[in-house]
Amino acid sequence: MKRPAGAAGSIQWLYAAPALLLMGLVSVVPIGQTFTMAGGFDRIGGDATLWRVLRNTGFFTFWTVSLELVLGLAIAMLLTRPFPGRGFVRAAVLIPWALPTAIMAMAWRWIFNSEYGVMGDLLFKLHLVASPNIPWLAAPGPAMFACIFADVWKTTPFMAILLMSGLAAIPKDLYEAAGIDGAGPVKQFFIITWPMLKPTIALAVLFRAIQSFGVFDLIYVLTGGGPGGRTQTIALYIYDIVFRYQEMAYGCAVTLVMAGCLCLFAGGLFLLLRPRSA
Amino acid sequence: MKASRAGQAFFALAIVMVALWSLAPFLWQFITSIKSPEEVIAVPPTYWPSKPSLSSYVQIFKTRPMFATYILNSLIVALGTTAVCTVFGTLAAYAFSRLKLPGSGVVVNAIMVIALFPATLLVVPLKQLIMGAGLLNNPWALILSYSALNLPFSIWVLMTFFKQIPMDIEEAAQVDGFTRWGLLWKIIFPLSAPAVATTAILIFIFSWNEFLLALTFISRDAARTVPVGIALLSGVTVYEVPWDQISAAVVMTTLPVVAMVLLFQRRIIEGLTAGAVKG
Repeated sequence: MKRPAGAAGSIQWLYAAPALLLMGLVSVVPIGQTFTMAGGFDRIGGDATLWRVLRNTGFFTFWTVSLELVLGLAIAMLLTRPFPGRGFVRAAVLIPWALPTAIMAMAWRWIFNSEYGVMGDLLFKLHLVASPNIPWLAAPGPAMFACIFADVWKTTPFMAILLMSGLAAIPKDLYEAAGIDGAGPVKQFFIITWPMLKPTIALAVLFRAIQSFGVFDLIYVLTGGGPGGRTQTIALYIYDIVFRYQEMAYGCAVTLVMAGCLCLFAGGLFLLLRPRSA
Repeated sequence: MKASRAGQAFFALAIVMVALWSLAPFLWQFITSIKSPEEVIAVPPTYWPSKPSLSSYVQIFKTRPMFATYILNSLIVALGTTAVCTVFGTLAAYAFSRLKLPGSGVVVNAIMVIALFPATLLVVPLKQLIMGAGLLNNPWALILSYSALNLPFSIWVLMTFFKQIPMDIEEAAQVDGFTRWGLLWKIIFPLSAPAVATTAILIFIFSWNEFLLALTFISRDAARTVPVGIALLSGVTVYEVPWDQISAAVVMTTLPVVAMVLLFQRRIIEGLTAGAVKG
């Protein structure tokens, strides 16, 4: 099909125009405004809360993404093998990802309830704790644990799905050849699965790390950032600055700090995990 | 590869554990929801209700008349977003994948990079914008924002599918005298109906679930959506959380999503894979 790219080309942009206009208005304009509205940058250095929430967010991101990667990989490898009822199990695995985070955070609040919660009772019945009454959401360590636990439950499916597609792309004869050469399953994993899956893993970790760093719904509903700000993440802090203390300018400044962290993060990860011989 | 009997047993056990782990929090909500209010706060908790009843499902609509309104609002917002996203997304994906626009590669990449970042970064200035437009507490504030935030994903998924439709079909249709619009609506659109359906399902789920913008843009109780409504249902004091009603609310508002996942599992996985694995 040969057509001149001139007049006809610009008319064809009209197809994309509604989408582009809407995205421009909702995504690009606010990004620009954040820069013009931001102020109070001199406060950032001395803002102890900001450093605390950055630490919390980093801790949360590191543990959620690491655990999700391990669990997601295990689930993906389990579900690529054919077995009766696989469709149902795949659907079951998808459910945590598809359910509304904020609503399920309420479910987790109930599970982690210190008096009536099932988590304390289960651990007690398994003789892992001395008393079923654990102040899950009122003590700093357990509260962070609860947030990480609920997030891992929620987002492992996403990791598993991405890794499943990566696993499906690995040629089966590689395993057969390795098997003939006498490599066991563990060795096969390290010489075939891991290197072949690395690009998919890099991508999945990047997506998840960015989302995890921006976590809001889950923690807002589960702990509200408490106790004493020990589970407060940067997204919750921005929300507080702007909508509770009404400090729009400083909120935008912290938003830019967060955006900067994410860019550094994405850039670093990209450099770290890019294919060596490119 | 022949698996040993022990290996097979281990495999089966692992599968059951994975399914149970995934469903457990939802099942626990269900079990809680069919307990009596007294049994809900029994110590230690009972793992199956002694007298299962649906009274908390009735109670929530009686004592909280707004709950039905939240559901209606969520439906309006989710369906509205799905409609806008599918129509705009289809048009744009068609333009980017079939029309060979000069410079479209750069635009598509830019859109994807922006879409990578969490909505938290946009919420403050976006609220100013929406306030300026007088759209606070208006479902359109959510429909337009959700559409814009989900458009990159829709465009990407649709583009992946559009690329699989052979170009010959279009060329033949053009020879037969179809206009570009005729081509899109009479040939491309029907051919890609499964892809459009996949996108629609995912967009519906995303918009049904969204919390941050819904919390920020809507402060009037009668305009709230389900996630915010339920999260704020907790009552004024921590001690009076009506857990029996909340669990009923959780089950009712997550059940449509559970049903969609069970029905469209293959589609959802396809769409997610297409939408997330770029390049």
